[in-house]
Amino acid sequence: MIEWIVGLCLGIGVTFNLLASIGLLRFPDVYTRIHAATKCTTFGTIFIVLATVIYSIYSYYWVAKDPAWIIIGIHSTLVVLFLVLTNPVGAHAIGRAARKSGIRPYGAVIDELEGRL
Amino acid sequence: MGFAASFLWSLIVYLLLTAGSGSIIAWSPAELIAGVVIAAIIGYATRNIMDERLEYFFNPKRWILFIVYALGPFFFAMAKANFDVAYRVITGKIRPGIVKISPGLTRDESRTLLANSITLTPGTFTLEIDEEGNFYVHWINIPKGKEKPTPEELCGYLPKWARRIAE
Repeated sequence: MIEWIVGLCLGIGVTFNLLASIGLLRFPDVYTRIHAATKCTTFGTIFIVLATVIYSIYSYYWVAKDPAWIIIGIHSTLVVLFLVLTNPVGAHAIGRAARKSGIRPYGAVIDELEGRL
Repeated sequence: MGFAASFLWSLIVYLLLTAGSGSIIAWSPAELIAGVVIAAIIGYATRNIMDERLEYFFNPKRWILFIVYALGPFFFAMAKANFDVAYRVITGKIRPGIVKISPGLTRDESRTLLANSITLTPGTFTLEIDEEGNFYVHWINIPKGKEKPTPEELCGYLPKWARRIAE
């Protein structure tokens, strides 16, 4: 039973990370690639970490009362917290730097930042 | 007071990260000493910032609202974002552009919260915020005739939540 739940979470996570990789190759310019790289990796990684947390809770209560399982759970939760906080900041920094160095968005129908940075 | 708050906060995070390293409850003596020293340095360095905003940051109402927001509306919007990007990756239907919205937020914290939320939700990511609080957002699929969107058209209920939590 637990293998199926963990496997399902891992499957969802890996699928979204795979889509992010395909998006990185398929999209035409730096801004659209940032879309793929930030959203899907955050969401996919949350599910991979969720699998870890579920497995550690299960192991603590039903396999061995070893505090090491609790520690793995806490560390994984902190990983999600820092990932969600830092990923958008990194995306913003890359995007702003790209626009500042003069890369125009591919096929843009409107560009309000023209002449402002 | 500012020193104490940020000292305790750093110490708690450090102890969470090093739990299980030894036998004094769950930590080894070396980790405990290192944690206290590092937390003291961080507390000293940030005491002025924390003094100004102590009441703001440690207001329990904000924390409860923030947790509710992160687990409910934000997680839902993020899930939707992922199916949206998945659809665009597979079909390649995009109509990108950089649009400007004026959500009318005044504090740095609420702007940060909204900018981060926009980046992680469907089809949008924040490129720049100017002094008046206008957001410049790269939108991957602008609907026809929506080149000058209102904040609600761009990102739904997110500005409302940012105002509720952080203003």
